[in-house]
Amino acid sequence: MTLTGKDVAEITRLLDESSFDELYLECDGLKLSLRRHGAAPGALTSGFPVADQPTTQVPAPVRAAATATPVLVSDPSIHEIRAPLLGTFYRAPKPGAAPFVEVGAHVDEDTIVGIIEVMKLMNTVRAAVRGTVVAIAVADGGLVEYDEVLLQVRKDAGS
Amino acid sequence: MTFRRILVANRGEIALRVIRTCRLLGIETVLATSDADRDSAPARLADRAVCIGPGRPTESYLKVDTIVQAALGVGADAIHPGYGFLSERAALARRCEDNGINFIGPTASQIESVGDKLRARAAAEAANVPVVPGGPVSTPDEGLALGRIIGTPLLVKAVGGGGGRGMKRVERLEDLAEAIELASAEAGAAFGDARVYVERYVTSGRHVEVQILGDGSGRVIHLGERDCSAQRRYQKLVEEATAPRLADPLREQLCDAAVRFASRLAYRGAGTVEFLVDTERESFYFLEMNARIQVEHPVTEAITGVDIVAQQIAIASGEGLRLSQKDYQPSGHAIECRINAEDPTRDFQPSPGVVSDVLWPSGPGIRVDTHIVPGARVPPFYDSLLGKIIAHGPDRSSALLRLQGALESTRVSGVHTNLAFHRMLTADSEFIAGGFDTGFVPRFLARSIASAKDNHRG
Repeated sequence: MTLTGKDVAEITRLLDESSFDELYLECDGLKLSLRRHGAAPGALTSGFPVADQPTTQVPAPVRAAATATPVLVSDPSIHEIRAPLLGTFYRAPKPGAAPFVEVGAHVDEDTIVGIIEVMKLMNTVRAAVRGTVVAIAVADGGLVEYDEVLLQVRKDAGS
Repeated sequence: MTFRRILVANRGEIALRVIRTCRLLGIETVLATSDADRDSAPARLADRAVCIGPGRPTESYLKVDTIVQAALGVGADAIHPGYGFLSERAALARRCEDNGINFIGPTASQIESVGDKLRARAAAEAANVPVVPGGPVSTPDEGLALGRIIGTPLLVKAVGGGGGRGMKRVERLEDLAEAIELASAEAGAAFGDARVYVERYVTSGRHVEVQILGDGSGRVIHLGERDCSAQRRYQKLVEEATAPRLADPLREQLCDAAVRFASRLAYRGAGTVEFLVDTERESFYFLEMNARIQVEHPVTEAITGVDIVAQQIAIASGEGLRLSQKDYQPSGHAIECRINAEDPTRDFQPSPGVVSDVLWPSGPGIRVDTHIVPGARVPPFYDSLLGKIIAHGPDRSSALLRLQGALESTRVSGVHTNLAFHRMLTADSEFIAGGFDTGFVPRFLARSIASAKDNHRG
């Protein structure tokens, strides 16, 4: 896969519209790193999916942001679903199964949006809000920290 | 194996201390931090920090499964537990053993052996290490029979207690039965373990402890002793190495006893064997063993030049002991003051808040172990230790002079501290003389209050 200038422009537009300060994309030997103006270098959160992780057993640690991910603070219609505890985040009830939710899915308060595993103990994460999923911020099977943003939901009007 | 990445499961100055040694050794660090410590100095110095939960320790630093999950999640080979929190919880050591993570400390069963006071007592007796006359009692009658043999004053202690909790002093034999029943009921409620034991209350004693290192297969060396007699309500305030005015034969006996005790357990890692030294009888008794690195370890490092954290890591990685007993050649004397965020004028109440400004001392022979920088938060959830000032000199009087100078040139604003208390304490004639017993701090406080009243009248 190769990226054209148009692709990069498209990615830049997506980043611009997103809540993230920084984007790191790696595919087939191509590395693309985009940073919003003024964002601190290396402010990636640990759970951010990094494509094609090299197959070394111990991935290099990413310096964690000093504070929780600042996401769309200016948009009150966006609700952030945060991790209630540290653990491994799963988007699906079991390996190979369909994810609980995808971007675009409508959720209500009781909709399960993921599972966080702590030493074989599964903790379900519910949306706790009515709306439409606009972003999934963490990778399936990755470590999420306490209070890390998992998903963003655009709240239904009037809710 | 050589460790590539260590998860540091602690906070404050000890987390920073461990991270610094890891950096020196080229080992990556991941700090498991609570929400309240996200911006702390150790969180900034670590290669990575992962937030494990809210500020309250029961929801973060004390969660065994979360810590192990964090270690697995970040690909750490080992966990360093620091002191306090989970450092002496057999459950964490066992969880690590079960999940292929190296616990930087003793084995789970060793933690259990020394954590149970009765088992530790029995282990000490088996290693021919003297224990305070006494023993377990299951009924008041049994206690009375034992009390008649030992004589008063007596202490009734909870097997599951510690740090001064679950203890009752009995002056007269006729009060013993009631004290046993009360202590047992309280211990059952507080520690979930109603077992108590009775032992002689040694009225005048020094708290002297021996630093040991064991390779886990029976080889144990000592790094000399520390005197921690300057205590208030069983909380250590000032520690020094070596113990001043302690006769050399007694010093050697203490160190030998500590090595015997730890060897019998085939102890792995760094540990401390605590003794009560009866200055009147020129004898000593085993108190307990601490299966972790201790707050006061820098005084030993100062006089030996040994990095105890690096030794812990080497032992846990299977390298064994890098030192032999003949490498212990203490040089000079070192004294440490614990600077706490507390208010001595209000019965040493903790004083959490934000440290608006701080200036730590430096100079020849001065070491400061601290996580406190200007703007640092002192959350209300944790102990109030701000930092430790350690002074080293060729002899005790030069170390003390450096310490006094360092205390004078330290500034902390925004929270109350015990700095002024330390300045007065270290200028006290009894402190200057050295070799005092654990009654020193209460005597000093009584004297200070009395003289303050005199000044007020005069």
